[in-house]
Amino acid sequence: MKKLVGIVLLSVLSFTMIFAQSGQVEIFSWWTGGGEEEALLATIQDFNELYPNIQVINATVAGGAGTNAKAVLKTRMLGGNPPDTFQVHAGWELTDTYVIPGLMEPLTEYLKAWRVYDKFPEGLIDIVSYQGEVYSIPLTVHRSNVVFYNKKLFNEIGLTKEPQTWNEFIKALEKAKAAGYTPLALGDKNKWPAGQLVENLMVAEFGAKNYNDLFNGELSFNDERLDSTLEKMVQLMDYVNVDHAALAWQDAARLLYEGKAVFNLMGDWAEGYFKTLGLIPGEDFGWFELPGTQAVFVLVSDTFGLPKNAPNRENALIFLKYLASTRAQSVFNPIKGAIPARIDADPGDDPYLIETAEDFRTLIISPSIVHGSAAPEAFVTSFNDAINNLVTTKNVKQAKQMILWAAEDVNLLTD
Amino acid sequence: MSVQKKKARAGFFIILPSLAFIGIFVYYFIFLTIRTSTSNWNSFSSLLSGEYKFIGLRNYQRLFNDPRFQTDLWNTLFFTLFFLAGCIILGIFLANIIDKKLRGSSFFQNLFLFPMAISYVVTGTVWGWIFAPGNLPTSPQGINLLLENLGWSNLQWMWYTSTQSIGNFNLALIPVIIAATWQMSGYVMAMYLAGLRAIPEEMIEAAQVDGSTGTQLFWRIKMPMLRPITLSAMIVIGHMSLKIFDLIYAMTGSGPNNVTDMPAIYMFEQMFRSNRYAIASAIAIIMLIMVAAVIIPYLYSSFRGER
Repeated sequence: MKKLVGIVLLSVLSFTMIFAQSGQVEIFSWWTGGGEEEALLATIQDFNELYPNIQVINATVAGGAGTNAKAVLKTRMLGGNPPDTFQVHAGWELTDTYVIPGLMEPLTEYLKAWRVYDKFPEGLIDIVSYQGEVYSIPLTVHRSNVVFYNKKLFNEIGLTKEPQTWNEFIKALEKAKAAGYTPLALGDKNKWPAGQLVENLMVAEFGAKNYNDLFNGELSFNDERLDSTLEKMVQLMDYVNVDHAALAWQDAARLLYEGKAVFNLMGDWAEGYFKTLGLIPGEDFGWFELPGTQAVFVLVSDTFGLPKNAPNRENALIFLKYLASTRAQSVFNPIKGAIPARIDADPGDDPYLIETAEDFRTLIISPSIVHGSAAPEAFVTSFNDAINNLVTTKNVKQAKQMILWAAEDVNLLTD
Repeated sequence: MSVQKKKARAGFFIILPSLAFIGIFVYYFIFLTIRTSTSNWNSFSSLLSGEYKFIGLRNYQRLFNDPRFQTDLWNTLFFTLFFLAGCIILGIFLANIIDKKLRGSSFFQNLFLFPMAISYVVTGTVWGWIFAPGNLPTSPQGINLLLENLGWSNLQWMWYTSTQSIGNFNLALIPVIIAATWQMSGYVMAMYLAGLRAIPEEMIEAAQVDGSTGTQLFWRIKMPMLRPITLSAMIVIGHMSLKIFDLIYAMTGSGPNNVTDMPAIYMFEQMFRSNRYAIASAIAIIMLIMVAAVIIPYLYSSFRGER
């Protein structure tokens, strides 16, 4: 009898012990393709070496740029069944959808307790904060105001120097056109690549501070510089491949790889794509900031937040603390082809990433519109529609009106 | 209680669970969608607040003033019209050839039916490649490349990225209609084939004895006999076309300036990208009304036919 009680006690004890050290943590993301998935799996594996008893549930939903994942996430958040932590673009994509309705936990005190609050650039902390509280932990940083070019063609058409001003850029495009190449590759079947081009032109035209003020409510969208931005976009359309509406961004980047196009403006995930295609950064392709945006880092950042009522809150915090460590940031980012959000983490040995990491430490940061950092999602959809209308009809007045309506709709039109 | 009544009662209890489920998951949800479509739930916060604020038909009003939604409605109209006509004409044509029982006809019967087994997403992707225009005029792709190799460069065209239109008909819809017709005409063929095979031999023979030609046979005997098939084909293809999403989403996105956009795509974007739940619900209800306009007369006529 005593023996039996002992066995029962022992088993209960061991059960609770295992339970205390372990449990699960569910991580929700849309990282299912290419380097992203590898990076995520490597990070999870590294996490498990540190915490072997926490079982990581890798909940990913496939689909370009997270379209499907975001839909699934919204349904889960609405239904009161949140994951323990989820991937979200830094800024309004999180703030407008989840923070303002009160579905997220602030993380400022944890960041301070983990002594990492000051390890991120101030501009990035601003973007992930709402009313003074940080709501998500940045893991990766991408830059979206980079023009990549095919070095072989660049030299072949007689260019010696990367264009620094708008006029030099137009001249370079003109040369490429005269030589019979596509000057600027664009693939806007999914609309946002054209919107991304315009947001960069906006940064160039307004300057980083005024651009940021557009979304703080300190500067009205109804501004002449918006017209000149849109006019520049129309001007650029003369140098774009005519089948842009049939291509995705990868197809456009491929034109550069195949030696058909000279320039391509794309977020620096394209850099990772070029590397997968076998190009060597600095040798086969070069890069420069879109003229006018040299002093600005237009940012797209993947971050992780903590939903209220996360089923495994303690484990989620352990995981978030891990993500905020230099160790996790250095494991994840080189594989994905991004730079770490922490300025003291190692960016790896890619010349592009080293240069970009340096820029990230020193330049002014501006949030991207089309990637959900600058404005609410409702604005982004309408903005993309307006730009889609612009590149089709070349009607600047109409496109501006559409943007103003979109801004009014989300209370960004301040006058 | 008579045996018949008992049977009827048992039958009622057997279908009761289904009735309950349909009541909840179809009709109650339709009611919820209508309720949402008349609310102010056009952001995540207003939805989560749970407070229902009735704003009447304002969401519908906004939609009908929205140029993109107007384009969507025209696109749906023309797409449905041509898709239906294409499937039915091609379906009758193929069914009549297969029905002649020539050598290898069963092979072709399966071949024509095969596209239906493929998902719209795959069809859309593949036809998207076929009709991708390429960087005209220097480096054409797909069909444009074929045209060039055949020496018909003057027929090269922007296909689904064209922004030309005749009246309200966007020419970019043509490649989409071709792809959709390719997918579904085999199915319509199978329906007609079943219909043709159900026509009694004696009737055809009698007509032939009376000296009717092939054409007369077709128009005077076969077509009237096939009328119910045409009606069902129109219903099946028509409702598919009104709610089409995946084919177009995979093939063209929604095209430059939404030339190939459809209400379902707009609904998806409003719902899951813009968080405008009320607007999205209004689009859903408009789509429901369009489908109902096709289905209800059919149900009514078949109900009357049964009695």
